[in-house]
Amino acid sequence: MITINNLKKAYDGNLVLDIEHLEIETGQAIGLVGNNGAGKTTLFSLLLDLIQATTGHITSNGVQVNESEDWKPFTSAFVDESFLIGYLTPEEYFYFIGELRGLNKADVDALVASYSDFFNGEAVGQNKYLRDLSKGNQKKIGIIATLIGNPKVVILDEPFANLDPSTQIRLKKIIKQLADDPEVTVLVSSHDLIHVTEVTKRIVLLEKGRVVKDMTKDSGTFAQLEEYFIGISEAHAPVEVAITATDGEVNDVLAEEQ
Amino acid sequence: MFKKFLNLEWKSFVRSAAFKQNLAVKILIGFFAIIILAEMLGAGAFAYHILRKLIEKDILHAANPFAAVNKFLIYWFAIDLLVRYFMQKMPVTNIKPLLYLPFTKGKIVKYALGKTVLSFFNVLPAFFFIPFSTVLLIEGYSPLCVISWHLAMLGITLSLNFLNVFLNNVDKVFYPVLAVFVIAGLAQYYGYFDITVYTQPVFAFFYNHAWSFIIPLMLAAYACWVAYHYFLKQLYLDAGLATAVKEAKTEDLSFLDRFGNIAVYLKNDIKLIKRNKRARSTFIMGFFFVAYGVFFMSDLYDGINGMKVFAGLFCTGGFLFTFGGLVPSWDSSYYKLMMSQNIPYKDFLLSKWWLMIIATALSFVLCSFYLFVGVDWWFAMFAAAIYNIGFNSSVVLLSGAYVKTPIDLTSNKKAFGDSKAFNVKTLLLTIPKLLLPVIIYYAFAWPFNETAGFVAIAVTGVLGLLLRNRIFGLIENIYKQEKYDTIAAYAQKD
Repeated sequence: MITINNLKKAYDGNLVLDIEHLEIETGQAIGLVGNNGAGKTTLFSLLLDLIQATTGHITSNGVQVNESEDWKPFTSAFVDESFLIGYLTPEEYFYFIGELRGLNKADVDALVASYSDFFNGEAVGQNKYLRDLSKGNQKKIGIIATLIGNPKVVILDEPFANLDPSTQIRLKKIIKQLADDPEVTVLVSSHDLIHVTEVTKRIVLLEKGRVVKDMTKDSGTFAQLEEYFIGISEAHAPVEVAITATDGEVNDVLAEEQ
Repeated sequence: MFKKFLNLEWKSFVRSAAFKQNLAVKILIGFFAIIILAEMLGAGAFAYHILRKLIEKDILHAANPFAAVNKFLIYWFAIDLLVRYFMQKMPVTNIKPLLYLPFTKGKIVKYALGKTVLSFFNVLPAFFFIPFSTVLLIEGYSPLCVISWHLAMLGITLSLNFLNVFLNNVDKVFYPVLAVFVIAGLAQYYGYFDITVYTQPVFAFFYNHAWSFIIPLMLAAYACWVAYHYFLKQLYLDAGLATAVKEAKTEDLSFLDRFGNIAVYLKNDIKLIKRNKRARSTFIMGFFFVAYGVFFMSDLYDGINGMKVFAGLFCTGGFLFTFGGLVPSWDSSYYKLMMSQNIPYKDFLLSKWWLMIIATALSFVLCSFYLFVGVDWWFAMFAAAIYNIGFNSSVVLLSGAYVKTPIDLTSNKKAFGDSKAFNVKTLLLTIPKLLLPVIIYYAFAWPFNETAGFVAIAVTGVLGLLLRNRIFGLIENIYKQEKYDTIAAYAQKD
């Protein structure tokens, strides 16, 4: 479904993304993990043709995303709040997306109603504009909007962040459903290793723009990931210096300083 | 403590997005600032002599230059307040991060209010009043009285400064106040009603009674005191620092569905204008342009028909220029969504185009009152309206493609101060928008007659309409070329 070839993105000569080859088959659910600056959002932005690659390209369902716009009808994404229209109510926003994707109001209403437990009685039907909702509720709206119109590629950047526990549990179910659908390719990034290993079937680990691990999920995946990230953090731990001075020596130094 | 505040202030100034523009723009802005200050200085220094000449020549009716100044001071302060309302930033914006730090609330408020006192808008009047008062002293006016008058002006300026703090929080005050100004100005111009008759003695009073400067100074002190207590109470996240939440109202706009494909965007654009402060005021300001022609009716321009064309372009195209010039920036806060959704550029542009056409047609209807002024005026309006609809609507969208200023829809600030909206390309594109029709007019009016000139403009408009699809193709390509730059620019925050 998605093929990435020799993809590089550099800002002022600094390489922030460098992927030689990555192939994502139709129906796969991919979890993207990595510390800040690993290149997750950069990759998503390239997938959506929001930034230009320095070299290389991405093809999605045979469409080279920076050449043709034909990928738009089957792709949906929620990356950040700039995907929300602040002055619309959640319902109006859903209708807007629905109209763009050829759904009428009734279709959209039915779809949104089927996720009523996801909203927890909040966010929708409150006579509030999106800009006045809390970050968490905004995110809920953005995520559900990506499900409108049966997209074939769904991209979610950090969907678990800012969500309350009930919604996180519900979101895991939703993503698993998408992952089980052989037609839908899902890309999810997350800092929460537990969530991401739970909902996806393949984990790609990015570090400083490169793919350092690419593994099909099994029972050991979580432990492997955890080990890897502990390793990174230890590599940057403060240097410990052994203190071997006696009390007398310390006092001498202090006296000298005074 | 105060040093720390100042340090923060300096950094916020130097590191603001507006400051990080290219050098040319910075020099241009600096240049304008110096020109304005120099003009004020010049006005202050020479106003007295110029007014005396005018009085001697009987152009201006006043007892003496000082009386004339007192006469017009009401307009000075009115404009002062207007400009402040639009451009002066409110002190509450950067307070949030200070709240939980070990400052007392009183100190934060004092600092914020103190900051407004030092703003450009209070410095600017000094550049007029100080030289003017000096000239008064040289001309032999009583020093004590001049000082009293000068201090009174300072007091009024400061009072306006604090008054503006409230005005900014009470949106409903603004448009009635503006309407009163416009009406008073027009009434004055045509001599129906002269507000200055009542205000002149007030300003003269401050000179005649040397003690009276106390009154405006007390007023300023009182306004400051009220502002201080007002903000002290507002210094909570859920009070003054909260953004007001209005109850959302959904309206049925399905009648727009007849526009077919573009109805989706058109409905959105109407919501955009209705629900966002910045877009709403642009919309309303656009219609104020209808009255613009009045300024060209002075005898000075009598018989210069090119000016009528020029006025007509503004009268019917106010909304077109103010709103259209900032497409696609109106959608900047969700531009990434628009770029990744299934949206053909052409439909997106076409919806904006229709919006401008409808507004221009509406403006033209409002312009019918120019019929009472003269049929030639109405012809100019009609020709200009067609030119605006046919030709300028496309050109405006074309120049918009190069404007990469993100718009904060919820705020009115910077509505006129968006320096980034200036660039060479948009500046160059004002030529076909405003100058070309005037040139066309003369090209046909001189060899033939007035009517031929007006007809020529209208025909050009119709030609533009016929070529619309080709121009749109061109615009579409430019939008596509600029896409990545635009997305990156919109992602920047102040």
